[in-house]
Amino acid sequence: MRHLLSAGDLSRAEAVEILDTTSTMAATQSREIKKLPALRGLTVVNLFFEDSTRTRISFEAAAKRLSADVINFSAKGSSVSKGESLKDTALTLAAMGADAVVIRHQASGAPHRLATSGWIRTPVVNAGDGMHQHPTQALLDAFTMRRHLVGGGEGGDGVGEDLTGAKVVIVGDVLHSRVARSNVDLLHTLGAHVTLVAPPTLLPVGVDTWPCAVSYDLDASIADVRPDAIMMLRVQRERMSSAGGGFFPSPMEYSRRYGLDGTRLAALPEHCVVMHPGPMNRGLEISAKAADSPRSTIVEQVANGVAVRMAVLYLLLAGGTPTEGSR
Amino acid sequence: MTSYLIRAASVLGGERTDLYLADGVIAALGPDAAAAAPRGDGGSAVEVVEIDASTLIALPGLVDLHTHLREPGREDAETVASGTRAAAVGGFTCVHAMANTDPVADTAGVVEQVWRLGQDAGWAQVRPVGAVTVGLRGEQLAELGAMADSAAAVRVFSDDGMCVHDPVLMRRALEYVKAFDGVVAQHAQEPRLTAGALMHEGVVSAALGLTGWPAVAEEAIIARDVLLAEHVGSRVHICHLSTAGSVDIIRWAKARGIDVTAEVTPHHLVLTDEAVRGYDPQFKVNPPLRTAADVAAVRAGLADGTIDIVATDHAPHPDEDKDCEFAAAAMGMTGLETALSVVVEAMVNNPDHDFGWADVARTMSAAPAAIGRVSEQGRPLEVGEPANLVLVDPEATWTVDPPALRTASSNTPFAQRELPARVVATFWRGAATVLDGAPREALRERAGAGA
Repeated sequence: MRHLLSAGDLSRAEAVEILDTTSTMAATQSREIKKLPALRGLTVVNLFFEDSTRTRISFEAAAKRLSADVINFSAKGSSVSKGESLKDTALTLAAMGADAVVIRHQASGAPHRLATSGWIRTPVVNAGDGMHQHPTQALLDAFTMRRHLVGGGEGGDGVGEDLTGAKVVIVGDVLHSRVARSNVDLLHTLGAHVTLVAPPTLLPVGVDTWPCAVSYDLDASIADVRPDAIMMLRVQRERMSSAGGGFFPSPMEYSRRYGLDGTRLAALPEHCVVMHPGPMNRGLEISAKAADSPRSTIVEQVANGVAVRMAVLYLLLAGGTPTEGSR
Repeated sequence: MTSYLIRAASVLGGERTDLYLADGVIAALGPDAAAAAPRGDGGSAVEVVEIDASTLIALPGLVDLHTHLREPGREDAETVASGTRAAAVGGFTCVHAMANTDPVADTAGVVEQVWRLGQDAGWAQVRPVGAVTVGLRGEQLAELGAMADSAAAVRVFSDDGMCVHDPVLMRRALEYVKAFDGVVAQHAQEPRLTAGALMHEGVVSAALGLTGWPAVAEEAIIARDVLLAEHVGSRVHICHLSTAGSVDIIRWAKARGIDVTAEVTPHHLVLTDEAVRGYDPQFKVNPPLRTAADVAAVRAGLADGTIDIVATDHAPHPDEDKDCEFAAAAMGMTGLETALSVVVEAMVNNPDHDFGWADVARTMSAAPAAIGRVSEQGRPLEVGEPANLVLVDPEATWTVDPPALRTASSNTPFAQRELPARVVATFWRGAATVLDGAPREALRERAGAGA
C-alpha cells in the first residue's frame, strides 16, 4: 500500500490487515501511557481544504500517539478557483519535508491528483474528497462492525476475520455521500451484504451498477433485510431548498420516511447496531432515542477512528505491510 | 510566385492524377498538368516545385466550423497566428473562430479585428463567428446584421460555451438571421440540468463522485430547437452533438424535412467517460465524454449522414488551467492537429463503417463550407477551382507529442497515442502553408517582409 485514496483500492487481505493492526493500536489506547514511538522523527501534514474539526483532530491524535510531528495546514477558503493552487501547496509541503500528507478536499479526486501528478512523492491519505471517498471512515465503520458482529463485543475484535454474511443497511443522502461510496466498496470487499435506502432523488444515476441492493423504503428494508447494522447518513437540511437542489419536500417528510425513530428502532433485530458517521442532525435522520440507545456505536466509532488512523499511518510510514512490498 | 506540380496524387482516394497549382487556382489536371507547368529553362519568372504524391491522397483543404482561437483576450492560450498555423499543419485552409473571446465577438469591430488578424497571419482563411447575444449573456440579441455586413461577412452565429436557452430569444435569432442567410449554431446545454456539472452523468460519475451532465440536457435543447426551426422556417446548426439520443432526434428532424445540420467532434468519436477515472483534467470537456454506446451512435450518425460534419472544438488552455484538481480545471481540448487522424482511425480505417476519403472530404470540407457559406472553400478538385487542398499520407502513423504540436497550448487528450495518417502538405489559395509536414515559417516571413 503506497497511498490510501479509495476504499475500493483495498484487497480483502489489505483491509483485514488494517483492521487487525487497528485492533493492536486500540489495545494500546486503553493503557495509561498511550503514546508509541513508532513514527518518531517523521512529519505528518494534515492538509485540510474543507472544515472538518472532527476528522482533523482524529488524524492529529493518531499521528501524535505514534510520536510523529504534526503540521496542520488549514487552507479553508482556498477554494478551487482562487488562492494558491493545489500543486503549489503540494510543492511547498514537499519542500518542508513532509513524510506523509493527509488531505481533505471539497473536490472529488483531489487526493488522487496529489498522489499521481508527480508533484510530491510522499504517501497520501484521503481524509475525504468531495462526493467521492472517505476510506478511513469506512475502515473505522468496518472495524466497529467486526468488533460487535464477529468479535462478540467485549474482548475479541474478530482478528483475522472479515464481515462475510453481515447485513448492513445504509440510509440517507447517498448521492452526496463519500461515506456511502467508501462503505459500499469496503463492505463488499469484506463479504458483507449492503442495502442502500434513500429517496430516489438522493441516489446517483448509475447506482444500479454498485455491488449492493437499493431500496426506497426503509420500513420494508428493516423488515426484509433484518440488518445486523444500520448506518444513518447525515442529511443536510439545505438540500430541500430549491437553491440546494430541491431533493426532498421538507425535513419533516424526510424524517417521517427515512429517519430512525423509536418505532423503527424497535423493529430492528435485537443485535443490530446503530451507526452514524457524525455529525448528527438529531430529529432529522436520527432520533435522540436511537442515537443514545445502548445499541448505538456512535461514540465508539469516534474512538475507533483514532485507532484506524494510527494503523493506516503506521502501515504507510513504518512499512511492515507484507501484502504488498511497494514501499 | 511559386507554382506547384503535384505528381500522381490520389484524388479523394481514387484515381491518381497530376495537379498543377498556379495563380491561386488548380490550373491543370491529369496529363495536361505537366504540360501546363513552365519548363525550368530560366526564361520563366515562375518557380515550379514538383511534389511526388504517388503515395499520397489529395483532399480539398479542410474547413473547421468550430475553432477557439482565443484572441483577443487569452493570447496566453492561443493567438490567431498560432491557432491558424496549427490549423494549417492539421490540413485546414479555413477555420471559424468562435465568439467567446474577451471582449466577446458581438460587434462588427471585434469580428473585423479577428478577420484582419487572420489575414495578417496568412496561414488559413479565418471566418469569425459572431455572438448571438450581447456578451454571450443570453439576454439580448447582438447586432447580427452589422456583423454580417462587416468586412468579416459573418454568416455563423453562436454563443458557444453558453446555450441560448431562452426559447423566445432563440426563436428571434433563428428568424432574424434569415435576412442575410446566416445560421445559428447552438451549444445545446440546458443550464438548470447542468449546474455544476463536471462529467457525463452515469456509472462513472456515480463512482467518482463528480457532478453529472445528463444526456437529456443536450437532447431536450436539440429537440426544442429543431421544432423552433421548423416553426419559423429557419436553418439551425447543432454544435458538438454527443449523445445517442441527439443522433436520433436529428435523424427524426431530417426525415421530417427540418433544415438542421449537426457536427460531432473528433474526441467524441473515440473517447469515453471511462477516460475520466484517473481524474486527469485533460479529459474534461464540454459537452463531456460520453459512453461507448454514445460513441457508437455518433459514428453511425456520421457514417449515414445524420451528422453532417466533423468540427474540432479546438479549445486551447494554458497548463495552469489543467494542472490542478478536476473540478478546478478548464473544459476543453485541442484538436486541429489531430482531427484528421482521429477521423481516419475512427471512421476510415474502421471496417464497421462504409466511410471513405470522399466522406472525409464531405464531412470535413464541403459540408462545413456550405454551412458557413464559404464559397471558395470545400470545392471539388477540378480545373479552375481555388487551389485549397491537402496532401495526406494514409499509411503513415505518428505519436502525439504535446510539446511538438504547433498550437500554443498542450492540452491534447491524445498525448502519446499513436494515430494513423499524416498531413504532408497544405495549400491555401495556391500557396503552400505546409510542406513535408512542417509549417513554412520562412515563406511566411518572406511574404510578410515583402508585403
